[in-house]
Amino acid sequence: MELEKVLRGYRSAELAKKVVEHINALAKEVEEANIVHVCGTHEYTIVKSGIRSLLPPNVEVRSGPGCPVCVCPPSDIDAAIELAFRPNVVVTTFGDMYRVPSTKYSLAEAAAKGASVRVVYGIGDAVELAKKMPDKEVVHFAIGFETTAPSTAYVLSADPPPNFSIVPSHRLIPPAIEHLLNLGEARIDGFILPGHVSTIIGAKPYRPISQKYRVPQVIAGFEPLDVLIGVAMLLQQVVEGRSEVEIEYTRSVREEGNVRAQQFMEKIFEPVEAGWRGIGKIPKSGYRLRSGYEQYNAISRFEVEVDESAPDTKPGCRCGEILRGLCYPQDCPLFGKICTPRSPWGPCMVSSEGACFIAYRYGKSVKL
Amino acid sequence: MCLAIPAKVLEVSGDTAIVDFGGVKREICIALLENVKPGDYVLVHTGFAIQVIDEEEAMETLRLWEELLSSQQVEV
Ligand code: SF4
Repeated sequence: MELEKVLRGYRSAELAKKVVEHINALAKEVEEANIVHVCGTHEYTIVKSGIRSLLPPNVEVRSGPGCPVCVCPPSDIDAAIELAFRPNVVVTTFGDMYRVPSTKYSLAEAAAKGASVRVVYGIGDAVELAKKMPDKEVVHFAIGFETTAPSTAYVLSADPPPNFSIVPSHRLIPPAIEHLLNLGEARIDGFILPGHVSTIIGAKPYRPISQKYRVPQVIAGFEPLDVLIGVAMLLQQVVEGRSEVEIEYTRSVREEGNVRAQQFMEKIFEPVEAGWRGIGKIPKSGYRLRSGYEQYNAISRFEVEVDESAPDTKPGCRCGEILRGLCYPQDCPLFGKICTPRSPWGPCMVSSEGACFIAYRYGKSVKL
Repeated sequence: MCLAIPAKVLEVSGDTAIVDFGGVKREICIALLENVKPGDYVLVHTGFAIQVIDEEEAMETLRLWEELLSSQQVEV
């Protein structure tokens, strides 16, 4: 079967209309439902296809900390910048991270001042670069959630060249979800869980969270219909008083996830407390290299001093609140005025997955 | 960042495969998966296949929703 034909079904306007009607009927049975998603790609689908304007007034979908570039602490970006200024070092980074402002400036501005920074599509390209430049040290800025961490783990397990290392800055989604619930700042009636993170980790890691906090969760895909069905499944749970983890994105997510990818992550990394920009420290939400692989940590290899006391965001930026599901980009007085994709004031305006960038580029992120 | 794009597997050789992203061919790494075969559709993230797409499950989910929603309309 051709995949395109299958995916066309997920773009059916007719079925979407029926799902919206179904959502409206379910919404009549609840007082209010605040749903939070944790994925920049979901925010993109929601804004691009105007999903917020299709939902009844008592159902809200807000974005949470789902943009890896936005939550990467400035101290890690500063460390990458410092490395890029070292005479023999080339830093590789994903394009999304290139222009993110840190405490003083971004990797892009550092490059303009003479630092060696290369944008790569994936960690594989960084390894190829290291092979081509044996007299240089190639340091890959390893950011991203569980979707990206297995590629880093695989590369480090496959005997990379001696002149290759990483700035380890991966972050994990389930601890962040639990942290939002513990903070208790926003009313959360359900989570739309990220489809590709969950493709790797499966449904299992979320189950204890649903049990402990009595919160429904649905793993959803990225077509407009996937998100709408996800919302309907969450409302159905709310109406029936259930709090379970359900999978809507069945074409990619299995209960146990991608076990092989998990084995690579398990072999190379161990979870540690880690900082999230605009949110703070979250227990067991980052990865450090296990002993035996510590030589690939560029921070210790090159004795970089990491200053964690650096302020998270510049004055006036409300990225932290946006990442905690407390407000929309348009609630920030700098949105579209001082802060635009051309000259971003905060991290959420840079990445194609940042809520402010998406709102600026593709429409109104606030429900009408 | 977590974007993953479907591609059709054309050739497999060891831990790498040649895939087709709707006309654009690229070599990707398939070490994170077992048993990838030519003809499979895989989700590709930063040059790595992270899962084989299950087209039948996709159709089944759609069918169930079509069914559920049409039966509800009859009830109303
Ligand atoms: S609009 Fe700019 S300054 Fe305001 S919250 Fe977003 S990134 Fe920060």
